[in-house]
Amino acid sequence: MRKLKFLLQKEFRQIFRNRSILRIIFVMPVIQLLVLPLAADYEVRDIHVAVVDHDHSAWSQKLVNKIDASGYFQVLQYGNSFERAMAQIENDRADLILEIPAGFEKTVIKEDKASLFMAVNAINGVKANLGAAYLQQIIRDFNGERRAEWIVYPRFDPEKIITVTSSNWYNPNMNYKFFMVPGILVILVTMVGSFLAAMNIVKEKEIGTIEQINVTPIKKYQFILGKLIPFWVLGMLVLSIGLLIARLAYHIQPAGGLLPVFVFSAIYLLAILGLGLLVSTFTSSQQQAILLSFFLMMIFILLGGLYTSIESMPEWARWLTKFNPVSYFIEVMRLVVLKGSGLKDIGPHLLIMSVFAVVLNSWAVISYRKRH
Amino acid sequence: MISVQHISKSYRQGKGQVKALDNISFEVLKGELFGLIGPDGAGKTSLFRILTTLLLADQGIATVDDADVVKEYRHIRQRVGYMPGRFSLYQDLSVEENLQFFATIFNTTVAENYEQIKEIYVQLEPFKKRLAGKLSGGMKQKLALCCALVHRPDVLFLDEPTTGVDAVSRIEFWDILKRLKADGITVLVSTPYMEEAAKCDRVALVQGGKILSTGTPDELLKGFGQKIYAAKAASMLALLEALKQNALVKDAYPFGEYHHVILKEDRLDDLVHSLGMPDLEIMETSPDIEDCFISLMSH
Repeated sequence: MRKLKFLLQKEFRQIFRNRSILRIIFVMPVIQLLVLPLAADYEVRDIHVAVVDHDHSAWSQKLVNKIDASGYFQVLQYGNSFERAMAQIENDRADLILEIPAGFEKTVIKEDKASLFMAVNAINGVKANLGAAYLQQIIRDFNGERRAEWIVYPRFDPEKIITVTSSNWYNPNMNYKFFMVPGILVILVTMVGSFLAAMNIVKEKEIGTIEQINVTPIKKYQFILGKLIPFWVLGMLVLSIGLLIARLAYHIQPAGGLLPVFVFSAIYLLAILGLGLLVSTFTSSQQQAILLSFFLMMIFILLGGLYTSIESMPEWARWLTKFNPVSYFIEVMRLVVLKGSGLKDIGPHLLIMSVFAVVLNSWAVISYRKRH
Repeated sequence: MISVQHISKSYRQGKGQVKALDNISFEVLKGELFGLIGPDGAGKTSLFRILTTLLLADQGIATVDDADVVKEYRHIRQRVGYMPGRFSLYQDLSVEENLQFFATIFNTTVAENYEQIKEIYVQLEPFKKRLAGKLSGGMKQKLALCCALVHRPDVLFLDEPTTGVDAVSRIEFWDILKRLKADGITVLVSTPYMEEAAKCDRVALVQGGKILSTGTPDELLKGFGQKIYAAKAASMLALLEALKQNALVKDAYPFGEYHHVILKEDRLDDLVHSLGMPDLEIMETSPDIEDCFISLMSH
């Protein structure tokens, strides 16, 4: 016990002596949590539209005004040459082209139907998709309004009007920050847990101190605990700071209370530290450890459900996410923070994470050979 | 105290195998200062790593302090001090903290064993708050030695402790080793410097994973058994060429400011005559360990 205490003391001493690491641990989360949620916005605004109007009628004017007034679109160009509009797309200035054919108003009135043409710049997939969807919605609305003006006898209205109103449960204002902040916090905690722990152990290998340690009576478990405990504590500290920032800056309070968050994080950190330990056993320099962790983090984040919803992934990717500890943490954070889930509700997650912790740590301990 | 019997170790290198140790056997007695002398790549570090339980040998048996290095590694780890060739203490901890750390993990304290390290530690004491990484080379070595000694080991393994250390510190270091020996500690030390062999009780000359010869420095020198001459001329390069091409010469190699020459038969006058260099200066000299090494290597 005295040995372990001393190992911990040494570890903390080294961590607190390394100013740049300390800054990374404590300043980085603050900045990331303050800046990133503002930047990582799901809403698409300022979609640039080039309108090619061959009609120049009152209707086409109204339609363009409606699009402009929606707040999502900026009418970049208004003219009657499709080539010029296309040039805007080619120069990546416009995201959409809306072409209104000649005689649009006339055709609608006479034949009761007309076609509009829409060309979408799909280089930025998300923006293109959402932009096209918004635009269709606006055109549909516009269509409805015009009909309402024209139909004299409402009972003969050929279009059935069914409106769907929705209410957004758990996040009534669809505040994407409520969605992003817990997710970013998860990534920060994961980085402290896996990156730093892996680098720390590999550093001992790189500098050769592990040789010196191995020739002493220190036992394997003492050495490993001496490494895991400090980073567990740091991870919990970063989480606490992050939750404080979420509360002060974004008024985000876990609806399910702090207890489920901390209980889950405690187990999650064990799992992720096991992963860091595993990374360190497979690498022999800090450079390798960083690259390997970076690669793993990329996968974890992209398959973690932070930016893209897991439900919409293909079958095989959904299977992969089941082996991604980050996806569980993100889900739990959202459950607890937004939905107000308690310890009981996240029981299955706790169980799965415990399995992760046991498997990863045992694997790491087995492959960490004190005797080569 | 240390017994090495038929130890072999190979490393994989690409598809082939490199033999680092090839059937090595020797004994080190209790309280002896034993030197492993050999150039870089001779296999010294591999042998140290096997004896300090960090590496498993492919073949052979080794015991340290009567404990088997494989089965009783726990005992060995309690009883030996190891100073690796590369400085491997915590550079971001101070002198004092490093020492305390290594004392604690051996279940002891610095105060308890202060006597053991006192002589070396007094030189470090003025810098005890300094980070180990900021020490000079000689001081680093002294700190590493202190850390290897702080638990009063019976056996001390020092892997090239004087490599990269200035001449004065090297002499000091060997004095310290002599005193440790006087305290009854068995010391196994490796060095690439031939002249340091004379400071050991016994040495083993190692080359290419094999032991060329074992014995006291005097025994090795006696075993040399050939007359050796030191030659000097205005153009040393031309002299060496001429010596190497001369039919009377068995071996010639540069040695300090002279060339050492070994003759096939003792016909020095004929050699001087056949070289025909007016400024040639040649005299008999006594061999040293390096001569022994070169002669053993060429066999």
